[in-house]
Amino acid sequence: MYTFSSRLKTFAVILMVLGILGIGYSFFTAPKTIEDVEKILKEQEDHHGGHGAASHHPDATAATTQEVHAPEANQKNATDHVIHDNQDHAENIEKHTTGSVDEPVTHNADTTQNMAADQDVHDNVAHTEMGQNHAADAHGHDAHAGETAEEHAAHAHEGHDAHADHAAHQKHLEHVLHQLQNKPWAAVYVACIFFMLISLGVLAFYAIQYAAQAGWSPMLFRVMEGITAYLLPGSIIFFVLLLCACFHIGHNGLFVWMDKDVVAHDHLIQGKSGYLNIPFFLIRAVIFLAGWNLYRFLSRRNSIANDDANDDSLYKKTFKMSAAFLVFFIVTESIMSWDWIMSVDPHWYSTLFGWYVFASFFVSGITTIAMITIYLKSKGYLEYVNTSHLHDLAKFMFGISIFWTYLWFSQFMLMWYANIPEEVTYFVTRIEKYNLPFFGMLAMNFVFPVLILLNTDFKRLTWIVVMAGIVILCGHYIDFFNMIMPATVGDQWFIGAGEIGAILFFLGLFIFVVFTALTKAPLMLKRNPYLEESKHFHY
Amino acid sequence: MSNKVLHVLYNDDDVLMDAVKKTRAAHHHIEEIYTPFPVHGLDKAMGLEPTRIAITSFLYGLVGLSVAVTMMRFIMIIDWPQDIGGKPSFSYIQNMPAFVPVMFEMTVFFAAHLMVITFYMRSKLWPFKKAENPDVRTTDDHFLMEIAAHGDVDQLVSFFENTGAVEIKVIEKH
Repeated sequence: MYTFSSRLKTFAVILMVLGILGIGYSFFTAPKTIEDVEKILKEQEDHHGGHGAASHHPDATAATTQEVHAPEANQKNATDHVIHDNQDHAENIEKHTTGSVDEPVTHNADTTQNMAADQDVHDNVAHTEMGQNHAADAHGHDAHAGETAEEHAAHAHEGHDAHADHAAHQKHLEHVLHQLQNKPWAAVYVACIFFMLISLGVLAFYAIQYAAQAGWSPMLFRVMEGITAYLLPGSIIFFVLLLCACFHIGHNGLFVWMDKDVVAHDHLIQGKSGYLNIPFFLIRAVIFLAGWNLYRFLSRRNSIANDDANDDSLYKKTFKMSAAFLVFFIVTESIMSWDWIMSVDPHWYSTLFGWYVFASFFVSGITTIAMITIYLKSKGYLEYVNTSHLHDLAKFMFGISIFWTYLWFSQFMLMWYANIPEEVTYFVTRIEKYNLPFFGMLAMNFVFPVLILLNTDFKRLTWIVVMAGIVILCGHYIDFFNMIMPATVGDQWFIGAGEIGAILFFLGLFIFVVFTALTKAPLMLKRNPYLEESKHFHY
Repeated sequence: MSNKVLHVLYNDDDVLMDAVKKTRAAHHHIEEIYTPFPVHGLDKAMGLEPTRIAITSFLYGLVGLSVAVTMMRFIMIIDWPQDIGGKPSFSYIQNMPAFVPVMFEMTVFFAAHLMVITFYMRSKLWPFKKAENPDVRTTDDHFLMEIAAHGDVDQLVSFFENTGAVEIKVIEKH
């Protein structure tokens, strides 16, 4: 039996306390009113001397634009601008026409849109380069039909001239206020879903090992069961967060489609409201979370009961259950990714998104198994686990990392290549505003593991696997960060007290729950048809 | 000067493995072992060096990647940077996503094919090569160990009789 070392327990508690302090601080310092936002933007302006001023003075905007872009005025950057200006310009026109036809939209429908100030900067460039063609093009996507293209273009241009207007400034401030109020919520949400999905990834891996009748892994089943113990507390906290978002508790505006004012002015979201509505959303969440936790509960119960059984009937039951769970899992996982991750960008859609999210948390889950196995082995608890088991886990880390990259690239490249405005905005925002995290995670999740875990001998060295594991886990946290943040906080992102606090809190909770669960049952199964094979597994 | 070798035949791979271990322990030099199929762990028991073919493959992959990058950079960016459907041909990095499929395939192509060719060359395999089979049964159901015979041949033969050999032949090799 494993005993939870008191030092590790203290460490987990310290992490949780520090995490709560960080989360509390970020909630406490989030701006409450528009005046706060104005102050914050003033400060930013003093620091960077940039965008804040632009929205006040249209003339100054042009000047700033030239200053900002002058040093980069080579061919390469010019195209960059053409691409994204095109984009921003179309969006902006849509926004302005909306504003002029209907009553002013308070909360911008598409939160992935850049700050109004930024749009000013780029729009001016777009104007000089693009002229009226794009205004006319954008008309094709505009929901407000009934006017001719010329009229639309005229409207759009008037809109630009009116940027100096106080109303536009107020709108911008309100937009930033929403982003800043979302920030602490988004930080908690990302960390919460990340750790919950790690646990789910391990559960899927466990079910696969059962269903595939793997001969090497029964030695690690108890470790996996320990990790999946986090699924229940993790999903309860996660569900509470979803409720907070659904009922707008504490300015939680993570899901913009839940805002009735926004939906009233957004034809695209209206069209999706048959699927994206709060009751159905919550029902789906309950079914998914309940289904996963049910399998986890039953398989764990069978696994412990099987230790004292006289025949293999419980094993067979778990085998059948695992196969059924995997079917349920792959369907719910896909829908889950649309609901909880893709719907923060309700204007955007991608068909392979579910697989992409799956690969991300699956590789994180396998990495977690490897790291906890190494820890327990180093403490002398896993007698029969040898370097071959480690080697197999490292191979999975390596392979699924490449699989993740394959899906990431397939999603990115198809949209980049076709460059259709309504879907490419997703990547434009990320490349413009999240350049380092967006491409940094590619280095962490692909280049590093591929180069380090390619070597057979390296896959057997614990310190290499631990190092690669830490990089992979950090990389996939950033992956989830990149999926959620651009839509909820936009360019106000920062990895500060709130984000780090949330990671520490959930890490502490994760360690606490997982290692407590590990003490509940012997770390090695007593009976399993593949137990002997697993004991003597060598590669 | 003629050279004597022993051809020791076995009909079971477990017996063969045991015999290899005993032979190594008695410090007799194993020239070669012929088996009809791969015997797991035989190379370790014989004390053969691990293969370096994976390393060559990695290097060939890097060559393939460089070839792909150099080729496409020259053709698409330097030599004739056309505007093809609005793709940014201003620099390699800007149009890189479109080149990745080719980069990937070229890497795999070079890594795989050059590794196979390396294998053929190192193993001296080619069409019309004369087969070096000492006994036709080794391609079907027998295992043959070839031992260099120095000194007392009779003593050597009796040593191998004790290892479970089904047949021992002393052969003059030129």
